[in-house]
Amino acid sequence: MMLTGNSTAAWAARLADVDYVAAYPITPQSEIVETLAKWSSEGKLRAKFVNFESEHSMITAAGAASLTGARAFTATSSQGLLYAMEALYTVAGWRAPMMLVNVSRGVGMPMILQVEHGDVMAARDSGFIQLHAETCQEVLDFILLGYRVGEDSRVLLPTIVNMDGFVLSFAREPVELPDKSDVESFLPRFKHPKPLLGLEDETLAYAPTMTEGASYTYFKYQIHLAAQEAKHVFRGAVERFEEIFGRHHDVIEGYMLDDAEIAIVSSNSYSSIIRSAVKALRRNGYRVGMLRLKMIRPFPREEVAEALKHVGAVAVFEQNLAPGRGGALYPEVVEALYHASPRPDAILSFIGGLGGSPIGYSEAEYMVRVCEKAMKTGIAPQGPTILCRREDWQRIRAALKMAGIPVEQLSEAIHHV
Amino acid sequence: MSEETVFKTMKDTPRQEYLSPGSPLCAGCGGEIIVKLALKVLGPRTIVVSVPSCLALLELYPYVSIKTSMLFAPFGAGPAAAQGLVDGIEALASKGVIQNPGTKVLVLTGDGAAYDIGLQATSGAIQRGLDFYYLCYDNEAYGNTGFQYSSATPFASWTSTTSVGLESSGNTFWKKDLFEIWRAHNPPYVATVAASRPVDLMRKFEKASRIRGPKLFIALGVCPTGWGADAKETIRIDKLAVETGMWPLKEAINGEVRHTYIPRKRKPVEEYLKTQKRYEHLFKPVRRDDLIRAIQERVDRYWESVSE
Repeated sequence: MMLTGNSTAAWAARLADVDYVAAYPITPQSEIVETLAKWSSEGKLRAKFVNFESEHSMITAAGAASLTGARAFTATSSQGLLYAMEALYTVAGWRAPMMLVNVSRGVGMPMILQVEHGDVMAARDSGFIQLHAETCQEVLDFILLGYRVGEDSRVLLPTIVNMDGFVLSFAREPVELPDKSDVESFLPRFKHPKPLLGLEDETLAYAPTMTEGASYTYFKYQIHLAAQEAKHVFRGAVERFEEIFGRHHDVIEGYMLDDAEIAIVSSNSYSSIIRSAVKALRRNGYRVGMLRLKMIRPFPREEVAEALKHVGAVAVFEQNLAPGRGGALYPEVVEALYHASPRPDAILSFIGGLGGSPIGYSEAEYMVRVCEKAMKTGIAPQGPTILCRREDWQRIRAALKMAGIPVEQLSEAIHHV
Repeated sequence: MSEETVFKTMKDTPRQEYLSPGSPLCAGCGGEIIVKLALKVLGPRTIVVSVPSCLALLELYPYVSIKTSMLFAPFGAGPAAAQGLVDGIEALASKGVIQNPGTKVLVLTGDGAAYDIGLQATSGAIQRGLDFYYLCYDNEAYGNTGFQYSSATPFASWTSTTSVGLESSGNTFWKKDLFEIWRAHNPPYVATVAASRPVDLMRKFEKASRIRGPKLFIALGVCPTGWGADAKETIRIDKLAVETGMWPLKEAINGEVRHTYIPRKRKPVEEYLKTQKRYEHLFKPVRRDDLIRAIQERVDRYWESVSE
């Protein structure tokens, strides 16, 4: 079936037989909740569908619903995710295994509708499991896997499945929709170990206030342990997933890494571009491979180290920019490799594809050449390198000129491919 | 009124307690009395949704003073958490996964959440017709954080962020009319209550429990700590608020407002103001007749509009 990323997400919710959908519109996510609203009105989706007045309320409600034992689904994007930031920490602390599909979009100001991972990266420390999809098929697979892992009593954490706005949300790709009975056997009805139903003979106090550090630390640590456990539970889940659906998943994906000298680390839909660039670079004699992060939280530290420790140099390509720092994932990759033996001679940070900026072969080749130079000469750029195409830069210059603003020289961090 | 009620006198107060004694709330907390009475009517199958407020002290790990189940929610999202609970239970019951346990969900907040940061979420929940109870104990400031101004703070009163000095006589704004804001959403039931009128309070919760949809209560939360009064004065101050007409007791069923108690001869507001240090600057070092008169006129004007 040819489906957009958004309609795939809706299909996954439908196949997972969710009990509750909490909705609030935002571009480029709206199609997901519109589709679910339509199915709900037609009786094809047996879930209570509720429109909220904000993402903050929507995510709070979805989390609370999952404490009653309902399988809850919601979706948002960008500004909406940040508006709900407090609710993200709340539902993770509630240990509410709800599903949140985030359709990545840059965070204003300035406003933009296209993809950037600043939104989902801002949520990386909230306690949510994060699975980042490259394809529409992965959107479906990760939603089913996310529910299974999150609802496991060893985990009990909410999950964000991330897909790129526009690039994936509105792109049609072939998607294999599994049989409902197969989904039921992979993902049986959620059974909350301590549902909050207000029964007469039990008193459940969910998330009372802490007054001292020790008990607060204990509960925070419990969330940390659960998040770490999620990786092992995921491992078990993907085995069963493969048995039933025939598709293989892991926390990372290595591509042409076995004899690679240089590796590009990537995530989400732009990985398809990097992959084809790697293939072309191989034809042109570069010994290059790609490591794609599928699971961002918990961060698959050991797997990243194992996959990259033999390469000479690593280029971490990211679509987010933390002002004053650089890419959010770069330090995580560096940390994973720091104690590895052997370890790469150089690990470099590249930022590109912000706000849906295009990247292609030339960007990949540039990253590889910078890595080569770093390996051979020890000379490497300081801080993150921002990738910008020459023709884009010329257009910006022209716009500034038109506005009568003198064109300042941007720092050398911006590379004009 | 000839409506059926089991609450005719104080003696009809249910004996069951859903609040344990010995909570860390301040002595003389008016809010505690309100919650205690409300839970007696609502009963054990209630989930209390709590948000940051003084009454969050009723749930301090590892002790919980509330004997029913509870969930702690973000400051501005109490009604949204209630919505998730109500909807979750309903969704599971409609799919036949559970039998509907007839759970009541009570959102319990102070005025900071109700009047300010949670107003949007409350507006949403009321407009969606959510079947829940909302109890705001209004102590007219952010009490738990040290008594700062909220939009429930009365005119000319002191808070820690509406200071009194040569250039200021305390709060310059009039208290927000939350009753009318809530009523404008057309909820089936909205009422004000006070701790000094327990029978009125219990009857209102009883009446509300027969109604489906949003059931909303604003309770005067006499706060000796913040208002500057002796803890033993709580009920006397509460009574004065009612008898001066500063805290009207009323309800609106399907929008129609009815006062459940009309003080026959209203006492001057001064008698109420004088009991609290937050109004001390109206009397010392010089008497501020202008401000006292402004408050009195506002109260008089309100009661002139009451036709009963």
